[in-house]
Amino acid sequence: MNDYLSGLGALLEQYDVLGAFWTNIQLTFWGALFALVIGTMLALMRISPIASLRWAGATYVNVFRNTPLTIIMTFLVLAVWTQLQVSLAADFNSNFFRLAVIGLAVYHAAFVCESIRSGVNTVPLGQAEAARAIGLSFLPAAQLVILPQAFRGAIAPLGNTLIALLKNSTVAAAASVSWETASTMKTMLEFNADYRWEIFALFAIGYVILVIPIGLLTTWLSQRLAVKR
Amino acid sequence: MSSSVLFDAPGPRTRALIRGGNVLGALIALGVLAWLLVQLDAKGQLSWDLWGPAFSARTWEFYLLPGLQNTLQAAAYAIVGALAFGMIFGMGRLSKIAPVRWVSGVVVEFLRAVPVLLMMVFFYGLFGVVLPGVADKAFLAVVVALILYNGSVIAELVRSGVGSLPSGQGEAGLAIGLTDGQTLRSIQLPQALVAMLPAMVSQVVVVLKDSALGSIIGFSELLRSGQIVSSGDGNPLQVLALVAVVFILLNMVLTVVAHRLSKLLSSRTSGLTDEGPGIGNPTVVAGGAGGGAGAV
Repeated sequence: MNDYLSGLGALLEQYDVLGAFWTNIQLTFWGALFALVIGTMLALMRISPIASLRWAGATYVNVFRNTPLTIIMTFLVLAVWTQLQVSLAADFNSNFFRLAVIGLAVYHAAFVCESIRSGVNTVPLGQAEAARAIGLSFLPAAQLVILPQAFRGAIAPLGNTLIALLKNSTVAAAASVSWETASTMKTMLEFNADYRWEIFALFAIGYVILVIPIGLLTTWLSQRLAVKR
Repeated sequence: MSSSVLFDAPGPRTRALIRGGNVLGALIALGVLAWLLVQLDAKGQLSWDLWGPAFSARTWEFYLLPGLQNTLQAAAYAIVGALAFGMIFGMGRLSKIAPVRWVSGVVVEFLRAVPVLLMMVFFYGLFGVVLPGVADKAFLAVVVALILYNGSVIAELVRSGVGSLPSGQGEAGLAIGLTDGQTLRSIQLPQALVAMLPAMVSQVVVVLKDSALGSIIGFSELLRSGQIVSSGDGNPLQVLALVAVVFILLNMVLTVVAHRLSKLLSSRTSGLTDEGPGIGNPTVVAGGAGGGAGAV
């Protein structure tokens, strides 16, 4: 028993598990930030009355939503970095990290766009008609009546996208971010096969702890802010 | 079209503005595309020396097509297994027996929170020890991980599908003397399954995309085959672009099918026939049956 515990203790000393999770949290933060910016722009394009912008937005969403994230990550490292020699930072590690953030952002932007659009779709047509009936022109109607309701309707799908983004941050392994959780777990499993169940439980529970608060928070927010109809 | 909520029918002046914006937008989009092509050309990436091998018969016959076959095979096994898993645990979550409900709930919520890649890496290591006789451990690890994750998503679909039915359906079953289990199996589930068909098809897209994670543990699916053949020819950009196109075409067909089904079935069932977001975390329908943690 003592051997078992000391073995487990040595394992945790040898590998920086918390640091690995911190890497994934950082990947998620930057990925979510850029995905939100790109996704909002795409959503604006897709709901605009200008056909060419709508088409461009739809094309982006269809391409990136249907491409496996693993391909995007592999492409960034093998094609963009190795073959095109586009480097985002002087040292290898920051370069891989930034490539992974770009991969996460461009992939999830498509889902952010669709989340925001589905929020706009929750607003009944009568709301826009009522806004026009009381004399509001386009911008005030959008600002005062439609967008506030649309954002509230988009919280739940955006929360789902954030959870997916956190879990997908492990795919950064395909972009050579070898110090994140999936790669760290792989190394630990290779060298400490006796503890494989414990190691898996450690990482799995780590993700459960990270994911459940996000889920509870966004569910609570979306219900609290829901427009009662 | 969602723009109908935001925009009035435009007058002549607005129509002219929109036309101008349309041309400008098209020019910008084409400009971005042209800039990309010029950049690629400047680095010699449009040369047939690189694209030729990617299109060659050797590449497709010995690498990409066998890879595609492995991808489709893994996805097929995974979706069938996930359906069985999802039905069992979805019914478990709707059970009237509290411990069954709790256990199913914990299992489903746990599996939905753990990244698929972690499961694949774990099972790959585990099968190496407990199943020494199995030749393709990576394939098995990919399939098992996909079954567990997508099965838990389907369990959630079953639960929310039954929850979205009008409560009169269940009440009618009880009123004619069926037990809870009989009502669920012979009245609610058949309707819920029809209603969730579009979301199921969208889930196949998720399975197909996630099967590419197998490349990280060495499963020779489409992406991995592309990596291998392109490392010899020195053209990963060209080959991976083609691989991505194959995935995009497959998934776009499935997305269109899901959309059509959703429209077709919405008039044939009293349940909600949403397509799902295609990211693996379906939005749980508000007021779903049984108290759950919601959209975790």
